[in-house]
Order: sequence, then C-alpha cells, then structure tokens
Amino acid sequence: MAVRGLKDLKESYDCVVIGGGLGGLTCANRLAKMGRSVLLLEQHTQLGGLATWFKRKKHIFDVALHGFPVGMTKTLRKYWSRDISDRIVQLKGIRFDNPQFQLETTYDREDFIRLLTDKFGATRETVERFFTVTREMNFFDDQAKTTRELFQEFFPDRDDIWRLLMEPITYANGSTLDDPAISYGIVFSNFMSQGVFTFRGGTDLFISLMDKELGANGVDVRVGVLVDKIIVDGGKAVGVHAGGKTIRARSVVSNANLKTTVLDMLDNGAVSPEFRAKTEAVRVNNSSCQVYMGIKPGEKIDFIGDLLFTSTAPKFDAELMLSKNVTSRTFSVYYPDMRPGGPERYTIVASSNARYEDWDGLTPEQYKAEKARLAEDTLNALEKYIPGARAKIDHLEVATPRTFKRYTLHVKGSSFGTKFEGLEISQNLPKEAPGLFHTGSVAIIMSGWLGAANYGVIVANEVDKYLGV
Amino acid sequence: MTADGIRQAILEIIQDILPDEDLDSLAPDKTFREQINLDSMDFLDIVMELRKRYSIEVPEKDYPNLATMDSSVGYLLPKMERL
Repeated sequence: MAVRGLKDLKESYDCVVIGGGLGGLTCANRLAKMGRSVLLLEQHTQLGGLATWFKRKKHIFDVALHGFPVGMTKTLRKYWSRDISDRIVQLKGIRFDNPQFQLETTYDREDFIRLLTDKFGATRETVERFFTVTREMNFFDDQAKTTRELFQEFFPDRDDIWRLLMEPITYANGSTLDDPAISYGIVFSNFMSQGVFTFRGGTDLFISLMDKELGANGVDVRVGVLVDKIIVDGGKAVGVHAGGKTIRARSVVSNANLKTTVLDMLDNGAVSPEFRAKTEAVRVNNSSCQVYMGIKPGEKIDFIGDLLFTSTAPKFDAELMLSKNVTSRTFSVYYPDMRPGGPERYTIVASSNARYEDWDGLTPEQYKAEKARLAEDTLNALEKYIPGARAKIDHLEVATPRTFKRYTLHVKGSSFGTKFEGLEISQNLPKEAPGLFHTGSVAIIMSGWLGAANYGVIVANEVDKYLGV
Repeated sequence: MTADGIRQAILEIIQDILPDEDLDSLAPDKTFREQINLDSMDFLDIVMELRKRYSIEVPEKDYPNLATMDSSVGYLLPKMERL
C-alpha cells in the first residue's frame, strides 16, 4: 500500500516513476512484473492522477473514468489482474440531446450503423466504409489528414452527422475537427467496437485495487512526494531529487506533464536547445470544468441514462465547447448499483471542456461569482432531464481549470495532456537523455484512459530494454 | 528453431495475450486481425513478448511482416533459426 513520505528508501532502484496517473501506475506495475525494482512517487496524497474521486458529506464523487472503451478490459486483465478487469460493466444508456437531434444509443458499431442509415439517411455502404477506414488507423500512420477532411470525405457538409461522431470524442480526449484524423479514428473505433464501459465499484475501489496490486508486485509507492528535479549525469538520467533527498535510479520515467518534465524538471542543458525549443512549442490540450451534485440520502431519481451528451448550441462548434458560457455538457449519472453493497446514493457529474486562460485572470470575487454562475446554469440545464433535481440535491461543488491545475499540477490544468506534436517529444526524450522516459497524456491518441494505460506498457517495454539483462 | 517451432512459439504468445480465443482454425495465409480479436495493442504485445522470450527485435517498419502466420514465420526464421 502507498506510504506517505520518503522514509526507509532503498539505496537505489532500477527505475523511479514520477507520477501515479494511469500511465505511471501501469508502467510501474509492468516493470515490477518484469522483475525490476521500482519506486513510484506521486505528489498528491492520492494515486490516480485525474482518475480520481473525493468524498463530501455522504457522497463519493468520481472525477473521471465516466466511460471507456471495452479495450480497457483487456488492458486491465493483461497488465493488472483479472480481479480488476472482471469489475468492468457496460453503460447502455447513452443519450444525445441537442437542437439538431435527440437519440438514445448503446454507442457501438451495430447501433451506430442503424442510426446513421435509418435516422440520418447515410448509405450503408458509406457507413461501413467509414468504420473500416477508422478501424484500420494506427498511431504511426500519416498525420496530415484532419478529422474535418475525413468527415467531409464520407459525410460531406452533414454537420448533424459530424456532431454525432465528434461530440463524445471531444469529451473523451479533447480532440477537435482540426486534429489529425488518426487521433479521432483510433479512439472512435475503440469505443465503437462494443460500446461504453465503466468500473463497477467506483474510482476509489479501482485505484485502491491497483495500489494493492503494485504492493503485491513489489513496487515501492510513495505519495505526498513532489519531485523537483530529474538528475542527469554524464548525459544519462541517474535519479531524481525529491523532498530534499537525492534518489538514485538506473532509469527515470516521468508521468508528469510533458512540458513540465522537459522544461522544469530538467536542468537547462540536459537536452539540446532544439529539443527544448520544440518542447516549448508543444500546445497543451484544453482543461475542463465540472459540477458535482449529490442527491440527498433517501431521495431517488429515475433512470435517465448513464451518459448524456447535451448541448444547446445550434451546431457542433469546438470553440464554443471551450467557452466559459457553457452550452455543451456531459452529464454522468451514477446510480446506487455503481457501488454495490454501499449506501443508496445518486451522484451527477456535469463536465464541460474549458480554457485555462478564461479562468486564470479572475479576481477572487470574480472567480467565486463565475463558479456560482456555472453551478446555477448547470442546475437549470439538469432540470430538463431530472425535473425537481434542485430540491433533491444536498451537495453541489464546482471544479474549474484552476482546480485541475492545483491537484494534478498539469500545465494550464490540461485534462488531456498535449496536442499531437507532443508524441514526438515524448518518444524521443530517451534519445536526448538516455535513461529518461516519458509516459502520459500525449497526442490525444495516447490519451483517454485506454491510451494512457497502454502507453505506460509501451514505455515499460522500452525501459526494460534500456536496463538490459 | 524450425519453422514449426516458430509457429508454435507465436501461437503460445497469442494464446497468452488472448486466452479466450480459439486458435486451432487460424488460416496461416490470412491476417490475424481478420480472424481473431487482435487489436493494435495485442499486436505490440506480440512484439514485446518476442523480445522478452527470444531476444528478437522487430523494428516498427517491419511490423507489416507480422500480419499473417506465414509472413511471420518467413520473417522470423532467419532471426530465430539459430535459437
């Protein structure tokens, strides 16, 4: 089990992993299973990174893991344990509600073919070809084509279809029409394979089972420990500096934000000026706002779906989706069966994408007022789906990009790491500073929960290769 | 290792990655991906396991060689025949 602080460390480790997000945790677990000695350091007191939760009154609020593709089952089974993967359950009530269409779907291939042909009038041949093309995309494919071009090719000028295809993916990985088509296609076809899934038992159980598994595999897990420097000596990464201590290791994996890793944790000169400049130019992805609502114990709400993609905007508009004047919200509704054996609780999390800049410059009074406005708007929006919701809610709380920054330390509170150009930096870091690796949300396709965990596995493999026999 | 041994080694790796798949009826000249539920991550697992078990490095540009059983055996034979 994770221990707070740095007491009784070993003399040296094969690998130090900086950060306990899903990528860092999976990388650490994998390395330990390959027989390596691993120390994992997490700055927060809780593991999970953005895969996190918090308790208020009698409620547990899940910040993320509201829905992931079925591939997560395989990933958890292969790289964690059957005990963890067996708890994954499907969410069948996915709803869309916007001025262009209202529909309910299981969000899988079969149902989407039905919707796209019957409801939206596309030809079956076109739809099947679209599925085939997106399914065959790989992350090492051509990046020149954008999602917009992909959509235009298959469904020219059909902004209603574009919205259906794009909106959930924008929530899943922050990508937009102007990002590379492969960043859309890979994530979309991951979901389309069988639908949307989540972890029964909640994020708290999910992360605590991972913590136990790490312990069983011998990973030394420390929380509440902020790494301030990665030590590079003779061109190679040889450890980290954290909590006033120097910790020796034969390799270092950073699961921190890519820009923080290269620009803040490394001394100037540890990488080439060109590499540094390229890293500076990497754009971070957007952040999020969330409104958490807990239903009073004893009160019930009817089943209205598990995930509701709602919008009042006339058309899909990526810029508008980031605006502080929120028009698009995803409601994730947690019913009591999500935590079997627990008390009968309902919680609702409303998520919207957001820009850090919009929230950063506010005075304390303005910030408070803007949060109150967001809470009020969200309650009003929820009334449409749960009439009388306002009277049933006994806890309401707002998180903004500033909140995400405070807890994760991500640059600009980024919810989905960096844009596509980050992938090259992340992958080439070991060439600049041998022994130093990065795993984490990069390039959108390595984002989303499945991508983050899988990237951890890929990097563990590279580290193991580096460490040799 | 003989061609047959390599075939067996590949089947063992795939079975470990996908314990629920029935591999008995795999056609050697058809792609794995059209016959079994093998996604891109499973494919990388095969590459990783080849390295762990047999110290074989498969660079990214050679990945297409591992599309079918026949092409995999053909590609791996010169690398593995001395094992």
